[in-house]
Amino acid sequence: MKKLSLELYKKMYLIRKAEEAIQKYYPEDEMKTPMHMSMGEESVVSGVVHALQPSDQVLGSYRSHALYLAKTGETDKFFAEMFGKETGMAQGKSGSMHLNAPDQGLLCCSAIVASSIPVAMGAAYANKYQKNNKIVAVFFGDGATDEGVFWETLNFSCLKKLPLMFVCEDNGYAVHTPRWQRQCFPNINKIVENYDCNVFEENSTDPELIYSLAKNALAKMNENGKPGFLRLHYYRYLEHVGINEDFDAGYRPISEFHEWQKKDPVNLQRKKLETIGYSAREIQTLEKDIEDKIEHSIHFARSSKLSDVSELYRGVFI
Amino acid sequence: MRMITYCEALNEAICQEMERDSSIFVYGVGVPDHKKIFGSTANILEKFGPERCFDTPIAEDSMTGLGIGAAINGLRPIHIHIRVDFLLLAMNQIANLMSSLCFGSGGKISVPLVVRVVVGRGWGQGYQHSKSMHSTFAHIPGIKVVCPTTPADAKGLMITAIRDNNPVLVFEHRWLYWQKGEVPKEEFEIPIGTGNILRKGKDLTIVATSWMNVEAQHAAKILSKNGVEAEIIDPRSVVPLDEKIIIDSVSKTGRCIIADNDWVFCGFGSEIAAMVAEKCFNSLKSPVKRIGFAHTPCPTVRHLENEFYPNAKTIVHEAEKMLNLKEIDLSKESFFSHESRFKGPF
Repeated sequence: MKKLSLELYKKMYLIRKAEEAIQKYYPEDEMKTPMHMSMGEESVVSGVVHALQPSDQVLGSYRSHALYLAKTGETDKFFAEMFGKETGMAQGKSGSMHLNAPDQGLLCCSAIVASSIPVAMGAAYANKYQKNNKIVAVFFGDGATDEGVFWETLNFSCLKKLPLMFVCEDNGYAVHTPRWQRQCFPNINKIVENYDCNVFEENSTDPELIYSLAKNALAKMNENGKPGFLRLHYYRYLEHVGINEDFDAGYRPISEFHEWQKKDPVNLQRKKLETIGYSAREIQTLEKDIEDKIEHSIHFARSSKLSDVSELYRGVFI
Repeated sequence: MRMITYCEALNEAICQEMERDSSIFVYGVGVPDHKKIFGSTANILEKFGPERCFDTPIAEDSMTGLGIGAAINGLRPIHIHIRVDFLLLAMNQIANLMSSLCFGSGGKISVPLVVRVVVGRGWGQGYQHSKSMHSTFAHIPGIKVVCPTTPADAKGLMITAIRDNNPVLVFEHRWLYWQKGEVPKEEFEIPIGTGNILRKGKDLTIVATSWMNVEAQHAAKILSKNGVEAEIIDPRSVVPLDEKIIIDSVSKTGRCIIADNDWVFCGFGSEIAAMVAEKCFNSLKSPVKRIGFAHTPCPTVRHLENEFYPNAKTIVHEAEKMLNLKEIDLSKESFFSHESRFKGPF
């Protein structure tokens, strides 16, 4: 249990610090890619990903820095891709919005809202067909549930009992539009429950609670063969796209942020480590290791070369 | 050699491939039902079971995502739509994901997905059951676009499409399903991107797609009786395109008509006309001519439909103008229609 707390903290700290590094270096205008920041959702992503097996697979949206880092743990290709270098995961052709690492189980991320959800269903169909026991988890925002394809996918994957976990990272806003302006129903879970799947909801920013919830969901899915739907609330700290706050825009009050910040997942987990017996020094050491790793990756990315222009023509067809 | 229909050839290709490779499955609206996609999916459910042949909700968007996801995760899906018009509901998955995942992953991901689509025509199909739009899809980098004409093409190109590690759209014209032709029993591949010379000739090149090859054959016979030998080139795939077979032919004949089974404006014919202008300019004896659908939605009633679709007559008239021929008497010719079906062989 102690180890779990530490592992979750490491994942979250890596995500938080990687994004702080993006905030620090982005104004230099060397990372020319639209940043949809994960800040605030560290516990949601880390908790679920940690509950999965390494061989399980995930798909995400354009807001997938956390997902990539939690699933792969690597930062060299991540930052090189942000800088558009040939050492990036896709030689600068994917940028921040289309992160992927199929060998480590991150199949794809898509910048069209909800569009990776049916692809995840196909990946889950393939896993069931191949009887390899792999689970697919697809991460998407609550805005994606406004898309028809979400409901189409929910229907068919429940009908076919696919090993698919829907992870709705619910921050209450679709870009700048709050839920009440978009949805006629008070609680999506009440609707999803009718689709014959395992439905869960969590408001907490405690990664261990989310981890347990995801484990519970996976056990249920394994037991009854039905997909899982996890609605996990979090608060997006920064603007929809970009590295800054946007509370002056008026579409959401800063008081919301202050409420959530009181239970900031990274701070909470750090405090927990202290209470369960990790010394300040132990924690600082692991934090320093992560910070060094990120700085090293940024140096690696900056010193890497841009690809040859012939790279443009590679990969249109295999 | 043995003669089978285009429809039987498609079915045979899929069945033989499914026997060879257990990663292939076939799905789509109506695929296993009693009508079996005009017969082209006959016996697949019975032979291979419901996991490898299944019906779907009418949800083209998500069902295309299903194929993409299964394809990037080790399987070789074949998704079928009984009309191209329905495929448009899947445009997001096609244009934003299927076409780009290989590129966007730096070549780590491939999408070996075949999407079969039937081009409707006749008996009042109207403006939502008759589109082809192959050039619209060809416009998007990362998708192979195939239009088989003969039964042998249907089998050979389908097998190649299934074995291809890239996404392939296969456009099957409904009126081609009935024709018979010689098709080898064993499996064989026709490389995607190789055109076919359907008829040799020295005076005029007709580049035709899909059903328009049937009309071009008919037109060529009429022209031949009047001393003009047309060469018919069927590119068989729009992407990749066998440019050489077209350039070689037009360089020889100096004249080019493109008869496309689609709208003319911004269409495949425009692409070929531009290519011929760029690469055969000095060989041309007359301006290139494009033939295709009228630039209107497809009507339902027969007399307007007849006006909408070009046919052998249209090709003959354009050849007359191009070659300064006297008007050919077509009063004793009969032309293909929904009732007067083309039964093959070519």
